[in-house]
Amino acid sequence: MTNTLLKLEQINTHIEQFHILHNVEFEVSPGEVTVLLGRNGAGKTTTLRTIMGLNNASNGTVTFKGEDITKLPPYHIAKKGIGYVPEDQGIFYGLTVGENMRVGMRKEDDATKERMEWVLELFPDLKKFWKKPGGQLSGGQKQMLSIARSYVNENDLLLIDEPSKGLAPVIVEKVIESIEKMKEKTTVVLVEQNFYMASRLGDRFYILDDGMTVHHGDMSALREDEELKRKYLGIA
Amino acid sequence: MIKTIQKSTWIYIAVAFMLVLLPFFKDERWFLFLMIQVFTFGIFAMSYDLLLGYTGIVSFGHAMFFGLGAYSIGITLNFLESTFMNLFLGILLALVLGGIVAFFAGILTLRLKSHYYAMLTLALASLFLVLAEKWRSVTRGSDGFTFRIPELPGPLQDHRNLVVYMFCLVSMVLIFFGLRRLTESPLGKILVAIRENEGRVESLGFRIMPYKVIISVVSGVVASFAGVLYAISIRFVGTNVFGIDVTLDALLMTIIGGVGTLVGPIIGAGIIEFAHHYLSDLSDVHWIFERWIILFGIVYILAVIFFPAGIVGTLWHKLAKRKHKKQEMKQKTSDKLAS
Ligand SMILES: Nc1ncnc2c1ncn2[C@@H]1O[C@H](COP(=O)(O)OP(=O)(O)OP(=O)(O)O)[C@@H](O)[C@H]1O
Ligand SMILES: [Mg+2]
Repeated sequence: MTNTLLKLEQINTHIEQFHILHNVEFEVSPGEVTVLLGRNGAGKTTTLRTIMGLNNASNGTVTFKGEDITKLPPYHIAKKGIGYVPEDQGIFYGLTVGENMRVGMRKEDDATKERMEWVLELFPDLKKFWKKPGGQLSGGQKQMLSIARSYVNENDLLLIDEPSKGLAPVIVEKVIESIEKMKEKTTVVLVEQNFYMASRLGDRFYILDDGMTVHHGDMSALREDEELKRKYLGIA
Repeated sequence: MIKTIQKSTWIYIAVAFMLVLLPFFKDERWFLFLMIQVFTFGIFAMSYDLLLGYTGIVSFGHAMFFGLGAYSIGITLNFLESTFMNLFLGILLALVLGGIVAFFAGILTLRLKSHYYAMLTLALASLFLVLAEKWRSVTRGSDGFTFRIPELPGPLQDHRNLVVYMFCLVSMVLIFFGLRRLTESPLGKILVAIRENEGRVESLGFRIMPYKVIISVVSGVVASFAGVLYAISIRFVGTNVFGIDVTLDALLMTIIGGVGTLVGPIIGAGIIEFAHHYLSDLSDVHWIFERWIILFGIVYILAVIFFPAGIVGTLWHKLAKRKHKKQEMKQKTSDKLAS
């Protein structure tokens, strides 16, 4: 087996009649945090949704753990060990915090219970709001819940879409810490506009522009490359 | 671990107990009959709420299950001898038929967008209506037919209406607690999640279809049973049981009472049935009261504008708010003490 956990080859995705992704190439090595960067509308979310099977690739292949998962439905892909934290906080407003946490549990074994305890230590606030409906949480609390829930299942890969969106700096710091800890257990693909966060967490980066992968490499290289940052990320 | 019984359970049990005593204080025939209607339509509306309120499935043909139940019991007791054995057989037939039709309706349409289910159920209900009108040898067409229910032993026979009342009441209470249990189970939580966002549930690793089909079948079976009770209570079956107004009534009861609350539809059934009863007297006053469908439209619009969460939903919001305030007060005082 190659040392690749996830591989996208020549991925093209259409949403209705619009051609959004053009021959996207993307590779993730186990144990690393791969950051997906790019301007608004570059196709980052669409890439994650295509991996998850929520959008269907019109051609190209997605390989996960050596297996072609391109045509599988989302529930099947999730069961293979991919967790997804969507960008608009994937929680359910009609369920309480506790129910939200539990609805995400695919198994009820000891390992899952252990992880649940670990997550609650990481985000003690959740316990405080345990019985509150998801819809009544603040934006930051929703985000935390959504991230926390994705930690509960045993996944080999986590796809996290802009976790820092709308969060106060203190909370961003907390989310960074939690992802750092999560990194010991799973591989992470992180979509992030917040360059500070991206550069702290990322081992490797990909830049998408107009639905195409235009650059990739080690995060350390990107930190130095002012030109690249200016050109694609609008960071001076 | 001993599960603590919810406070609301005691309230429901108390209300059920009062309903048991009610006919001993007010035993006029019309009143008993009206209450039986409330119970049967309460069950029917609860089954509708399972789809609409808990899973977000809109059905315009829910009457077909009601009608299937009514015809199943009617035809069985009409063609076979009127014994308890056959009564039981008729109920069984109703439940099985309701389940099968719901299963296929679900398999056929639930993978599509929700309005397909609405339209298919509407079409199916119309089909059953036509079948009931044309298959005269069995259904007597639009005239309908009366049938006998088995004789009760001894003195009970003299209080037949009372027995039917109790039977319907007990059925409603049991079904209510059963369905409440279902909606509070992990399965019920997944249904709520499905109503909110199917994609999210799928990306958590759950297949949506089986859940939708299961709930469609449960709803169909319960609705069919409501039809059985309805037919038994009036000892007559006519094509009206397949009519669109049966579905509309369920919709209105659910919306007025409170979508996604289970107890709401029962309260809604009470309001609508009593409204039917008293408004039909008013038809001498003004022609508008003759046309239930006109009133339906008006009440529906008013309910959606002023009570979008229904009676029970609005009440719950109020209670939750008050509880929240209390908790905040507590928090504040404890914060003060701490500082
Ligand atoms: N449902 C849709 N219908 C049509 N076009 C869409 C739809 N969803 C996304 N797009 C288009 O696809 C492109 C990529 O969108 P995507 O959400 O993947 O961008 P993104 O990189 O995640 O942006 P952001 O940083 O703003 O979240 C955009 O041009 C967008 O307009
Ligand atoms: Mg995005």
